[in-house]
Amino acid sequence: MNAEKNTQMLDCLGVSRRDFMKFCTGIAATLGLGGLSSTEAIAEALTSKKLPPVIWIGAQECTGCTEALLRATHPTLETLLFQVISLEYHEVLCAAAGHQVEANKHRAMEEYKGEYVLVVDGSIPTKDGGVYCMVAGKPIGEHIKEAAEGAAAIIAIGSCAAWGGVPSIGPNPTGAVGVQEFLPDKKIINIPGCPPNPSNFIATVVHLLTFKKLPELDAEGRPKFAYGRLIHEHCERRPHFDAGRFAEAYGDEGHRQGWCLYKLGCKGPETYGNCPSLEFCDVGGGIWPVGIGHPCIGCNEKGVGFSKGISELAHVVRPTPPAVHPEVNTPAGGENKVAGTAILAGVAGLAAGVSVMTVKELGRQQKEGKNSSQEKEN
Amino acid sequence: MSEHISKPLGGKIFTWPIIFFGILILIGLYAITHRFVSGIGAVSDLNGGFPWGLWIAFDLLVGTGFACGGWALAWTVYVFNQGQYHPMVRSALLASLFGYSLGGFSILIDVGRYWNVPYFYIPGFFNVNSVLFETAFCMTVYVFVVMFEFAPVICERLGWKISLRKMNKVMFAAISLGVLLPTMHQSSMGSLFNIAGLKLHPLWRSGAILGPLSLLTALIMGFAIVIFEGSITRAGLRGKDVADETPLFAKLYRIIRWLIIAFFILRFGELALGDKMQLLFVGDRGAWLFWLETALLAAPLYILSKDKFIKDARWLFGCAISMMLGAALWRMNLSLFTFNPGDGYSYFPTAEEILISIGLVAMEICGFILIVKYFPVISFLAPKKENGQKVVTDEAHNEVAQ
Repeated sequence: MNAEKNTQMLDCLGVSRRDFMKFCTGIAATLGLGGLSSTEAIAEALTSKKLPPVIWIGAQECTGCTEALLRATHPTLETLLFQVISLEYHEVLCAAAGHQVEANKHRAMEEYKGEYVLVVDGSIPTKDGGVYCMVAGKPIGEHIKEAAEGAAAIIAIGSCAAWGGVPSIGPNPTGAVGVQEFLPDKKIINIPGCPPNPSNFIATVVHLLTFKKLPELDAEGRPKFAYGRLIHEHCERRPHFDAGRFAEAYGDEGHRQGWCLYKLGCKGPETYGNCPSLEFCDVGGGIWPVGIGHPCIGCNEKGVGFSKGISELAHVVRPTPPAVHPEVNTPAGGENKVAGTAILAGVAGLAAGVSVMTVKELGRQQKEGKNSSQEKEN
Repeated sequence: MSEHISKPLGGKIFTWPIIFFGILILIGLYAITHRFVSGIGAVSDLNGGFPWGLWIAFDLLVGTGFACGGWALAWTVYVFNQGQYHPMVRSALLASLFGYSLGGFSILIDVGRYWNVPYFYIPGFFNVNSVLFETAFCMTVYVFVVMFEFAPVICERLGWKISLRKMNKVMFAAISLGVLLPTMHQSSMGSLFNIAGLKLHPLWRSGAILGPLSLLTALIMGFAIVIFEGSITRAGLRGKDVADETPLFAKLYRIIRWLIIAFFILRFGELALGDKMQLLFVGDRGAWLFWLETALLAAPLYILSKDKFIKDARWLFGCAISMMLGAALWRMNLSLFTFNPGDGYSYFPTAEEILISIGLVAMEICGFILIVKYFPVISFLAPKKENGQKVVTDEAHNEVAQ
């Protein structure tokens, strides 16, 4: 019955069942799940009556992760907010403000204790008691600690929340750290990226709702479905790397030809992510950094993104570039010339011989002709 | 032409040229079998950059060019009504027949999936969008036309008078086709190289006038081969009963002269208008081949302008060779010697590839020798009437010529 109600609500919002099932299939595909049953399971999870509550806390962030989410197209943000989750608190998206919104957050934390999902974007300042990011008169770290206590799952979205990001680079004046470092006792799901692909975030949320457990994570706490492979391993420009075709400078022949950007400092060989296969903005056509001609800066990886210079060469983890590259112009033909030359020389000799003999014979006949005509005259 | 008759030469089958060329034919047949069984890669150096090589550049482009004698004489005798060349027509037609059939056969060898070739002849399968279609179709039809043109020789030999008379009623159609068809495919053979685009060397990338240039080379080769064949035949027969055709050859040369001049006007005109003259002096392979080709065609213009040389059968023969080589070199340069499919690709014919080409030429020579021995092809001075022998004149051709 609940499913029916939800379907009616979808109808009111102008979402056909077909569109909805397409969305579910897309999520299943992003999660790497196969078969009709997974689509059905996702549909069922999403149409259950109670929408899972989500509390989103922004710390030292640029709002880029939220901006990326705003531009998600399948589902769009409103579908996410009204049909998939119940967003209880978000500093950017909340209609309310001030004391009202703070009160609502606390209400949600109590009402849904042990059920809500906590999402954090931005790094957490730890220096000087965390005074560098204050919300409602309290350091942001304390808000996060508070919210983390009753959370069913904690998702750190963006590089800042995942491993510190831009605020943690260099002298790190605020002592910024990621959520996992700040809350070492909790299991955090990291969705790094600057910004991360919103589909990776949504797929993680839907995985939690559908299977009531965390997706499989790697050592850095990142979902393996999104961060399981090196960008270098499934980059569309990889064949150029193997063939030794590199862009050497921006705008040079190789760069314009779409060759490998390794020598321009691409960090694909040491960065895990699904950027080459998922791309960004859902417009297709190779819209991701390497696809549009800029080397990957490795934003997913601590110690690579923002730490290494953009033009600095990546440490190639697995296959190092071969010392000898295959020829771009593979030589073909023209190997055996000896026998052919010998035969051709023979033919030329024969033709020349026949020609000379013909000339000789024609001369003889001409002479004879002259003699006989002279004899006649005589 | 009553003073000429055509008659078989007669004589033994197994003379030393037949045995020598016969061996070459057997070697060629072995290589052809090897190619058909094991594929093109096993016998040739053809590769991704050079999908055609010796078989197309020499056997087809030059082979059918040398086979243009029949066509060139058809123009002279039947279109311009120059009956004095009539005695040369039969041997020229025979050479055309062999040249074209073996040129067509070389395509069969060169086509990768030769078992699909029959589809080419089935109307429902015609690919009329292919630029090669016109050339290939036209050439195939022409082979049959030449066969028909040559048929009176066979009928004469077998004494089929009635068929001869019937044949003469439609022969005009065959002859007009024989004049038309090579004009079409010999020019398209050149112009279809336009699709190779920038792979052609700029000196041979003549665009719209590739067709006319190819046509002119065909005519030059066609007329020159008549002089060449006539001289060889005369030398081979040691001058017995054979008319001295030197004055006729000299007249033929006066036709060729204008063709060569036209060729040079088009050739240099295109280079000048295309702003390519500076390429002639860069000293690379293309430039050297260009000058060799030009020298081979220009030398006869100079030599035969001297009265002493144009009356000398030896110089005419030598100049015919020079013109044939020059025109053939233009075709080889265009299609192979300066063809550049891109870095990394090169081509040099393998032994077996060359042996196939040699085998085809040997077939032509052997076939020619055997047919002139048993069929009335070569013209002789007519014997005096009083020896009472019944004389078969070239009535088949005379009637049409009139």
